[in-house]
Amino acid sequence: MSERASEPSDLRPPLLEIEDLDVAYRIAGGRIDAVQGASLTVAEGEVVAIVGESGSGKSTLAQAVIGLLPANGTVTGGSVRLGGASGVTELSGLGEKAFRAVRGRRIGLVPQDPTVSLNPVHKIGKQVGEVLRVHGLADRRTAAIRAVELLGKAGLPDPEIRAGQFPHELSGGMRQRVLIAIATAANPRLIIADEPTSALDATVQRRILDHLDTLREQGTAMLLITHDLGVAADRADRVVVMSGGRIVEQGPVRRILDDPADAYTRRLVAAAPGLSAPARPRVAPVPSGSPIVQVSDLVKEFPLPGRRTLRAVDGVSFEIGRGETLALVGESGSGKSTTARLVLRLADPTSGEVRFDGTDITRAKGGAWRDLRRRAQLIYQNPYASLDPRFSVEDVVTEPLRAFGIGGRAEQRARAAELVERVALPAALLERKPVELSGGQRQRIAIARALALSPDLVVCDEPVSALDVSVQAQVLELLEELQAEQGLTYLFISHDLAVVRRIAHRVGVMREGRLVELRPTEELFTDPAQDYTRELLAAIAGSRRTSVGRTA
Amino acid sequence: MTELLIRAESAEPVSSSVVLAEPPGRGERLRRLLRFLGRRPGLVVSAVVVLLVLVAAFFPAVLAPGDPNLGVVADKLRAPSGAQWFGTDYLGRDVYSRVVHGASLSLQATLIAVAVALVVGGLIGLLAGFVGRWVDESLMRVVDVLLSIPAILLSLALITALGYGTVKVAIAVGIASVANFARVMRAETLRIRQSTYVEAARSVGTRWYVTLWRHVLPNAAGPVLVLAVLEFGLAILAISSLSFLGYGAPPPAPEWGSLIAEGRNYLATSWWLCAMPGLTIAATVLSVNRISRALDGEWRRAA
Amino acid sequence: MTRYLLRRIGTAVAVLWAAYTVSFVVLWLLPGDPITTMASGGLDGEPLTPAAIEALKARYGFDKPLIAQYGTRLWDALHGDLGTSIQTGQDVRGAILDALPPTLQIAVGGLLVAVVLGTGLALAATYTRFRWLRQVLMALPSLAVSLPVFWVGLMLVQIFAFGLHLLPSVGANGFKALVLPSLTLGLPMGALVAQVLAKSLDTALDEPYVTTARAKGVGRAAIHLRHALQNAAIPALTVLGYVAGNLLAGTVVVETVFTRPGLGRLTVQAVGVQDIPLVQGIVIFASFVFVLVNLVVDLIYPVLDPRIAKGVPATA
Repeated sequence: MSERASEPSDLRPPLLEIEDLDVAYRIAGGRIDAVQGASLTVAEGEVVAIVGESGSGKSTLAQAVIGLLPANGTVTGGSVRLGGASGVTELSGLGEKAFRAVRGRRIGLVPQDPTVSLNPVHKIGKQVGEVLRVHGLADRRTAAIRAVELLGKAGLPDPEIRAGQFPHELSGGMRQRVLIAIATAANPRLIIADEPTSALDATVQRRILDHLDTLREQGTAMLLITHDLGVAADRADRVVVMSGGRIVEQGPVRRILDDPADAYTRRLVAAAPGLSAPARPRVAPVPSGSPIVQVSDLVKEFPLPGRRTLRAVDGVSFEIGRGETLALVGESGSGKSTTARLVLRLADPTSGEVRFDGTDITRAKGGAWRDLRRRAQLIYQNPYASLDPRFSVEDVVTEPLRAFGIGGRAEQRARAAELVERVALPAALLERKPVELSGGQRQRIAIARALALSPDLVVCDEPVSALDVSVQAQVLELLEELQAEQGLTYLFISHDLAVVRRIAHRVGVMREGRLVELRPTEELFTDPAQDYTRELLAAIAGSRRTSVGRTA
Repeated sequence: MTELLIRAESAEPVSSSVVLAEPPGRGERLRRLLRFLGRRPGLVVSAVVVLLVLVAAFFPAVLAPGDPNLGVVADKLRAPSGAQWFGTDYLGRDVYSRVVHGASLSLQATLIAVAVALVVGGLIGLLAGFVGRWVDESLMRVVDVLLSIPAILLSLALITALGYGTVKVAIAVGIASVANFARVMRAETLRIRQSTYVEAARSVGTRWYVTLWRHVLPNAAGPVLVLAVLEFGLAILAISSLSFLGYGAPPPAPEWGSLIAEGRNYLATSWWLCAMPGLTIAATVLSVNRISRALDGEWRRAA
Repeated sequence: MTRYLLRRIGTAVAVLWAAYTVSFVVLWLLPGDPITTMASGGLDGEPLTPAAIEALKARYGFDKPLIAQYGTRLWDALHGDLGTSIQTGQDVRGAILDALPPTLQIAVGGLLVAVVLGTGLALAATYTRFRWLRQVLMALPSLAVSLPVFWVGLMLVQIFAFGLHLLPSVGANGFKALVLPSLTLGLPMGALVAQVLAKSLDTALDEPYVTTARAKGVGRAAIHLRHALQNAAIPALTVLGYVAGNLLAGTVVVETVFTRPGLGRLTVQAVGVQDIPLVQGIVIFASFVFVLVNLVVDLIYPVLDPRIAKGVPATA
C-alpha cells in the first residue's frame, strides 16, 4: 500500500499516452462531442481510474482507446499512443486489420455486465481459447489446455468442469472471472476494465476487484472506468475525473480525495457515499405511541419447478416506529424487497403477521386493502419504469387522488402543483412526459406521487440506486427534509450500505431470507455483531481508503 | 438525449435544475412533421397511393367516370395508351375503370377482414393477458391451434362451410388472422400489466378496471395499430388470392383478384390485363406496409 | 432433455387433436346442414337428387347425435380413415396421397429457394459496410412480400415462358417445369426468412458478447458467422418452421397458376364442389405437416441454444 503511494508514476515508462483526444457521435440532426481534448498517461504497471457520472464520456474514452466505438462514433482529433516491447503504435486512425492485432494481444478488455458479455451458445473453454487462437498463440488442442489453466488462474474453482459448461450455468461473479481470463489470456500489458463490477453484489464485487489487484503485481497496467469514487479510491494509483466530456482534474488518488482543486471534483467527493462517515449521525426519534408497523415471524415461499419451494422470507420480525427510518439491507436474493412488498400487502405471505397501526392486515382484502393503499406508499427503484410513458407529470401525481375521488379537477390540479413544488421541481414540469425528464427529476415525481395522499408510511425500494451519485445525494436530502416536515415513516430497502448509513435510524441486515442483525445505525457500523455484517461493511467501496486514512 | 438531461441536472444544484427546453409548440411540431416527411419521399408517395385507393373505393366516379362494365367490342384488347391508361380487355372494357371500381369491393372486403380480426383477436388477447391463469392458458391453446392450420386453408375451409361472395371471403380471411392479433394483444397486455407503472397505479389504490382503461389500452394500442395496418396489406393479398381462385363476387363485378384471373387467358398476347391490376395491388400493399413501418416508431426514433 | 422432448411431442399431439376439432366445428357444424350444402354441388358440381341426399345422410350418420358423430369420426381419423369424398366417392386418404408427389417436388424446391435466398440476402445485407447496398438489399424482401403470389407467378410465366421461351408455362413434366413454380412458392417465404434473420443478426451484433469477441481481436467475418449467426438463427428457424408448414397452403395458388396436378389443385376442386370430407382431410393433413415440421424445429433449438433444453429463458 505504502509502496504504491511512494512511487511516482512519471518514473515508470509510459505505456498509454492519450493526447488531446476528441470523440464525436453522429446523431439525427447533429453531433454530440462526447470527449473533448482529453489527455492522460498510463505508465507501465500503473492503475489509473477514470471517474465520472453517466454521460461524462468516460466509457466513450475507453472505447476509443480499444477501437470499439459504436458505429456512429468517430475519433475526430488527437492521438492515442500505445507503447510496448514492439515499439510505440499510434492507435487513432489505425486500420481495422492492424487494430485486430492490438485488441486482446496488447490491450485486454473486462466489460461491464458479465451476465450478457459471454456468448450464450459457446462453451466457456472455447471462448477463452479463442483469444489465443485468434492471435496464433495456440492451436485447437493447446488452446483448450491453456484455457483451463487461465480459468484456474482467474480464480475459478474446478476449471476443467467450468470449461465444458455454458455461460448460463455460472453465476455473475464466476462469469466475470471468465471475462478476466479472456482479457488476460494473451498477456496484454494494458487492461481496460469498464465498470467491471457495477452489475455485481458488493461482496462479489470486492472479490473481483481484489483479483484485479493481483494483476498489478504481475506488472499489468489498468485503466479502470468507474462511476464509484470509492472503488477508484481503493484501487487506483491515480484518478482522472471526467465531466461533460472533459477531464476536469487528474492526479494521485490521495491528492484528489484530500484536496480536490476542481469544484466538480469537490462535489463528487462530498457526495460519494462510501468515502466518509456522515457528519451528523442520524439519531432515532423518541418513540411516540405504538409502532406504525409490526411484523412478526413473516414467511414467504415461492414454488420452484420440481415441487421445491424457495423461502424468500424466513421468519422475519421487526417494528417500525412513527417518524423513524428503518433500512433493510442485503445482497440480491436476500428477501429484502419481498419483505417490503409483504408489509405493503402487495403479495400474500405464506405465514406470519403484519400489523399496520395496530390493525392486522396480513390478509386484508377489499375495503381494508384499499384503506391501506391510502396510508402506505411505495417508491420504486427505477423511476422511469414506474411512470406510465403516456402520462403527463400532472396525470402521474394526481393518479392517487383520482383513485380515491379526492377533490374536483381544479383542486387536483392545485394539489399537483403544490406536490411538485414540495419535491423542489418547477410547476412548468407538470405538462411534461416522463421521457422528457432526467433520472433525478423522475424520481422526484415518483416521490410526489407517493406523498399525494399524505401517507403515514413510505416504502422506498432502492430509490437511488439507478441515479448518479450527486443526484443520489440530492434525493436522499429531499427524503430527509420531507420526513422532518411531515413526520413520515420510511422503510428503506437498499443494497448499498453507504447510502443506508446516511439516511437510516436503524438498520436490519438480511441474508437468505433471514434478518441477521437489527441495530441502530451507528452501532451497527462501528460495532457489527455478526460475521456477515462485517463482511458487508468491509466490501463498501472506499472503506479501504478511509481505514488507511485513519491508521495513517 | 436523457444523458444530456442528466448531465445538465447533475451539474447544477437542486433548486436551479429547472426547465431545460420549452416543450415544442404547434408551429415547431408542424415544422418537424414537414422535415420528417421531406426526408422520406417514399412515405409521402405511399400516403398519396393509399389516399387514391381510398377515393377509388368510396367515390370511384371521381377517378373513373365511365361505366366499368360497359365495353366497346370494336376496341377490345387495346394496349395501354393516352386514352385508355391500362388498356382494354377482351370485351373492350376499360381496364383502368374496372380497376378503380374494383377497389370498392376489394377494399370493403379488406376492411371487414381487418375489423373481424382486430375485434375478435383483440378481445381474446386482452382477456387472456389481463385475466391470466387458466383463462390465458385455454385461450392461447385455441390460438395455437388456429396458427397450426395455414391461414389460406382455414379460409378455404370457412368458405366451404359459409359459401361464396365478397363478404364471406372477407370474414373467412378475418377469422384466419384472429390468432395474430390475439397473440400481439396478449403479449402487449401482459407486458403492460406486469410493468412497474401499472403496479404503481394499483398500489396507490387505482381500481383494476381503471388501470385497464387508463394504462393498458392506451399503451397497447400502438403495437396493435401497427399490426392492423400490416394486416391490412396481408388481407388485400389474401382476399385477392381467393378472388383469383374464383370464390369472390360473381362476374361481371370487378374485383382486383378476379380481374387478374380474367386476364390470365390472354397472358401470351395482352400483358396489361394481368400486369395492371397486379401492379395496383402491389402498389397498395407496398404503400400500406411502408406506412405501417413509419407508425412503428419511426417518428419517435427520429425525435 | 427427455422431458423437453416428451413435452414437445405431447403438445404436438394435443394441437393435432384440437385442429381436428376446429375443422370438425367449422365444416360440419357451421353450415347448419352440411348435406344440403354438399348436395347443392357448390360452384362447379351438379346438384344431387333427393334419393341420393337421403343415402348421404345415412352414410354420414346424421341421424345420430352430434357428439356421437364427432366421436366416430375422430376414432376413424385416428385409424387413418378420413372418410370418402362426396364428389368422387374415393377414399380421402388415398386422394391426398395420390396428389402428394408432384406437390412435394415444388414444396422442396420452394423451401430450397426460401432458405438459400433468405439466408444469403440477410447475411449480405448485415455484412456489407455500404449503407446504400444494405438499404437496397433490405428493400427487396419488403417488396417481395407485398406482391400477390399468383400475380408473380403469372408475370414469371409472361417473361420466361412467353417472352424468352426458356421454360414451360404449365404442366409437371421434368425439371424445367419445376423452376417457375418453385420460385413463385419460395420467393415470398425467402423474403420472410431474410427479414427475420437480418433483424435478429442486427440484434445479435449489438449484444455485449460481440464486443467481448471484438475485444479479443476476432475478425469481422468470424464474428458474423461464428458468434452472431448461431444466436440469430433461432428466430429465423421459427419462421422457417412456420414457412415450411405453410408450403402446402402456398401450393393452392401456385398449382392453379401453373395448372399443375397436386394437393393444391385437389383443394381448389374440393372447395369448388364443397366436398366437406375431402376439405377436412386436407386441412387435417396440412396441420399434421405443420405440427411435424415444428416438432423437428423444436428439436433443433436445443442444439443451437443450450439454454432452451434447460428451460432457461433465452433472452440474455
